Amino acid sequence: MEKRVTFKGIWLPLLLVLPQLVITAVFFFYPAGQAVYQSLFIPDPFGLSMQWVGLGNFEYLLGNAYYRASFVTTAIFSIAVTVVSMGVALYLAVLADRLIKGSGVYRTLLIWPYAVAPAVAGVLWLFMFNTRVGVITWYLGVLGYDWNHVLNGEEAMGLVVVASAWGRISYNFLFFLAGLQAIPRSVIEAAAIDGARFWTRFRTIVWPLLSPTTFFLLVVNIVYAFFETFGVIHTITGGGPQQATTILVYKVFSDGFVSQDLGSSAAQSVILLVIVGALTILQFKYIERRVHY
Amino acid sequence: MAGMVEKRGAGYWMTHLGLIIGLLFIFFPIWLAFVASTVSQPEIVKPPMPLLPGDQFFENYRKALFSGINAPVALMMLNSMVMALGIAFGKIVISLLSAFAIVYFKFPGRRLFFWLIFLTLMLPVEVRIVPTYQVVANFGMLNSYSGLILPLIASATATFLFRQFFMTVPDELAEAARVDGARPMQFFWDILLPMSRTNIAALFVILFIYGWNQYLWPLLITTDPSMNTIVMGIKQMFPSGDDIADWPVIMATSILAMIPPVIVVISMQKLFIRGLVDSEK
Repeated sequence: MEKRVTFKGIWLPLLLVLPQLVITAVFFFYPAGQAVYQSLFIPDPFGLSMQWVGLGNFEYLLGNAYYRASFVTTAIFSIAVTVVSMGVALYLAVLADRLIKGSGVYRTLLIWPYAVAPAVAGVLWLFMFNTRVGVITWYLGVLGYDWNHVLNGEEAMGLVVVASAWGRISYNFLFFLAGLQAIPRSVIEAAAIDGARFWTRFRTIVWPLLSPTTFFLLVVNIVYAFFETFGVIHTITGGGPQQATTILVYKVFSDGFVSQDLGSSAAQSVILLVIVGALTILQFKYIERRVHY
Repeated sequence: MAGMVEKRGAGYWMTHLGLIIGLLFIFFPIWLAFVASTVSQPEIVKPPMPLLPGDQFFENYRKALFSGINAPVALMMLNSMVMALGIAFGKIVISLLSAFAIVYFKFPGRRLFFWLIFLTLMLPVEVRIVPTYQVVANFGMLNSYSGLILPLIASATATFLFRQFFMTVPDELAEAARVDGARPMQFFWDILLPMSRTNIAALFVILFIYGWNQYLWPLLITTDPSMNTIVMGIKQMFPSGDDIADWPVIMATSILAMIPPVIVVISMQKLFIRGLVDSEK
């Protein structure tokens, strides 16, 4: 794609791209390069010198039980967040799509959580499930269930999953609703005339036609769960108990800033970089296909 | 025929019921936070806390806004506002300029520049967090607005958005401008910028929320409580030891933290949805 008509000049366009070029070079390429560079060294404890270890940091990480456990944690966490938030959003979108009037009111209300920062969502859910003062903890206690996400890793995981998924429902709802509204009414009505009930119509017509939206949301939600849920985990569990909720991004932070293990943290950054790259390519491949529709 | 699929009667009410149950799930945490921000500490630490608002609203919000725990929340909100506006304006300005250059000029290095910024799409700040921190520290930008803002505008999503939009602008407009002897920047100001108004506004909504809701980055670089942003400041309000947190003030702060982005999303709903769809294309 090129414009037929362009302006003349060399200095002006260079001047125009300069601000972005400088900011990107200083705050993006240089740090990203540093991450790759540092991942090949181990700094001494005083930070005075660096020892070249080649791929040693990577070998160490891949052989490290905690790091491998963090991979598994991340996989479970992101799949759970994606499934829960997309499931709830699809359910609400299908219902809102059935309304001729009033779906706008529900939409206005349902987009609220998008505006709530993940870290704030974390605090809200922490408050409800707090072991001392939490309302839900208290009522669960009345029912005879002793909730304690501070000690129980599975409960901690459940809580960070629900808090992360909660904040994401709005986003998925908007895309699902748009996808549903793009399906021609005539197709659905034809099936209805043929006697197909709601569930049959959903399974055989709506769901297949919605699949491009669903696939797009799958990728976007996994990226969200990987990178944007740091605030939820940091406020609710701090990665605990016993690293039960330490996802990969959290580990980059805790190894790099809390334990000051810069070589390992940098190597983890590089591994994450490869994962994001793969996800981005997947997303672009998909978008290319969508354009051909 | 229109009435064929949507039902009246039982099905209709079931639809509303289902949506209302969903809304309850969505709003219960927010409602509870609001209630907690209007009652006193003793009412919370002796569970179960009430489910209806109490009479401490003004007391709690006054305390949060003007004294806070580490820093007054009003100050933290100001910091968040500067950061969010800085990110939104900064990113829009540099992206408009570079998209204009890429689309309307043929200059040496154009393709290289295009691919360089394309690469930035792939790497969220969380991934390069440690080296970026070192860069900002070396520049002496810890605890500063520029340190909060600049690293977060170093990405190309907005540039791509404007590039896509500029490609759809009819060539005749640039042609006419050139024939009339208009300088490139005149064309940019008088024609391209007014045409991009809606795109700019839609992107502004998305970027404002993105900036306001940042957590990890301000957590790392604002060690001075007077530079804290509200979203990261909430976590700092929890006591480190075994003490009980001051829940009414913390919850009042949580409510205050969500008000500006909620207002932006709700009042600019159409632009927001458009921005969301645009920025994912």
